[in-house]
Amino acid sequence: MARIRLDNLAHTYMTYPRDDRDFALKPMNVEWEDGGAYALLGASGCGKTTLLNIISGLRAPSQGRVIFGDTDVTECPTAERNIAQVFQFPVVYDTMTVRQNLAFPLRNRGMDPTRIRNRVQQIAKVIGMEAELDRKARGLTADAKQKISLGRGMVREDVNAILFDEPLTVIDPQMKWELRTQLRRLHQEFGHTMIYVTHDQTEALTFADKVAVMFEGRIAQLGTPEELFRKPQHTFVGYFIGSPGMNLFEAEVDGRQARIGPHVIPLAADYGRPEGRVQIGIRPEFTRIAASGGIPVDILRIEDVGRHVVLRARHGGVAVNAILSEEDTLAEGATHAVFDPAEIGVFVDGWRRDPVEGASA
Amino acid sequence: MRKVQNNGAWLLVLPVFLLVAFSAVIPLMTVVNYAFNDSFGENEFFWNGFDWFKEVIDSDRIRGALWRQFLFSAIVLLIEIPLGIAIALTLPKRGFWASLVLVLLAMPLVIPWNVVGTIWQVFARGDIGLLGVVITSFWADFNIGRDPLSAWIVVVMMDVWHWTSLVVLLAYAGLQAIPEAYYQAGRIDQASRWAIFRFIELPKLKGVLLIAVLLRFMDSFMIYTEPFVVTGGGPGQATTFLSIDLVKTALGQFDLGPAAAFSLMYFLVVLLMSWVFYTVMTAMDVEGGTQ
Repeated sequence: MARIRLDNLAHTYMTYPRDDRDFALKPMNVEWEDGGAYALLGASGCGKTTLLNIISGLRAPSQGRVIFGDTDVTECPTAERNIAQVFQFPVVYDTMTVRQNLAFPLRNRGMDPTRIRNRVQQIAKVIGMEAELDRKARGLTADAKQKISLGRGMVREDVNAILFDEPLTVIDPQMKWELRTQLRRLHQEFGHTMIYVTHDQTEALTFADKVAVMFEGRIAQLGTPEELFRKPQHTFVGYFIGSPGMNLFEAEVDGRQARIGPHVIPLAADYGRPEGRVQIGIRPEFTRIAASGGIPVDILRIEDVGRHVVLRARHGGVAVNAILSEEDTLAEGATHAVFDPAEIGVFVDGWRRDPVEGASA
Repeated sequence: MRKVQNNGAWLLVLPVFLLVAFSAVIPLMTVVNYAFNDSFGENEFFWNGFDWFKEVIDSDRIRGALWRQFLFSAIVLLIEIPLGIAIALTLPKRGFWASLVLVLLAMPLVIPWNVVGTIWQVFARGDIGLLGVVITSFWADFNIGRDPLSAWIVVVMMDVWHWTSLVVLLAYAGLQAIPEAYYQAGRIDQASRWAIFRFIELPKLKGVLLIAVLLRFMDSFMIYTEPFVVTGGGPGQATTFLSIDLVKTALGQFDLGPAAAFSLMYFLVVLLMSWVFYTVMTAMDVEGGTQ
């Protein structure tokens, strides 16, 4: 087990990249703590799998270093890194039984047969396949095969990390929940560093202690679910995390004020006069609908999603969403969206801007 | 769904049936005719029962040819299949060199049998052939006309040279079809090169290897032209395989009855052996099966 550090790491699939856009992974410095449960969250094609394959050594990075603990493993082949990885689609060894499949990584290490036997039994219990241990793997269903792949990933106790690449895609929903809980439990029990790639925010937020949100080859933010929610570092994070995502408006910011068209919005701190594309963002959770103040909106519809109510509205061409608790009755003539100043974020060219030093108090 | 039985459908099979009848069954029937009858010419036939078959089975000459034939096919399969797989594993996977190597490998396959025989006949000569001269000067007396071992070495080498490429190409195609994810999983699971071959590559090659074994067995079991050109079946009977013997019987001695009986049994042996290979190799799949 080890801390994993990516030092100025970048990757391109081109031989002669011209600029930033040719890089599938833009230069990044990331540190994954030893024993942490991480999720790597992002839309398809944002470089999640590439990053994972670089960590496991299936792909060599164009630049930068991969460091496990204090050892530079950039040049090490996968086998030497002693790392486990579960792929999106099941890979089983057809001619072997389920038991032999699970034992394969251990046998390759020359482990003592009795210990292999015990460990395989233990893992079979976790993935719920004790009854099928002596069946050939080839005839099984896709989700049974994927459970074997998961089992093979978890069977070694001394791996540096376990990487999951959207492992539950082919598993049916009920089993999905169960396996994710099992993974959580295994993490608590054995303390492996786990990195879990997914495009499903629920999966990411329920599995991980810390979530890395990826966007166009960058890690836009690495933080706890709370941080991603309260202080998104990039508009993409604001928009991607949360349901519905953050409300974003083109704005002009001047000190403690933001201006959306003619409407003035108070801010909680002094942001100076940022240049470039300036946006302000506010979560629907901190948006209220009132008779005056804020910005005027056209209310489109109200969705009851159980514990709360989502109000869909529009300001000009921009969608404005608000989450109201069920007790909040919508007052007659309430046509303005009002924002909680403390929860407003200012973004310049997509990235979060902090208040000017010293002026925030 | 209800299954509808309509015997009119048999009519749809009729064209194929007629085609097969003309191409295979009717010619075969003339052979069958000769195998069970005797004739002194004038198109007059006398029923001869199984006597020709008995004669063929009791013949030491034909038993010898059969034994040599099995030995030859076994040696050729044992060399060509592993060698073909080994070469396929070392070939480049893509790019210019892959194409070049494939073209070069395919060359022996497009050379006519007669030409192959002639090439090796000359190649093996002790006076002017490169192989013959080299072996004679550095090692031992090498003469395919006098020494049975020399003759066998040349015939086997010739077949390996001519047909290993076929196994290589089949195995290469099989290897290319293995998804990259399997190799990745192997690396993650810290499998050795041997384990990757044994548990990933070999199982995935099973289908093409079955075809390779069947083709190579049938071809080698029916080999005629090449050894005929190189050794003429000699020295003595040393390289007289079944086909060479059959031609001697049918055309050399004009013993049409025994030759016909011989042909039928020859055909049945090839059929039987192919069935055995097929059954054994597909049964290995199911072994310890899923039910």
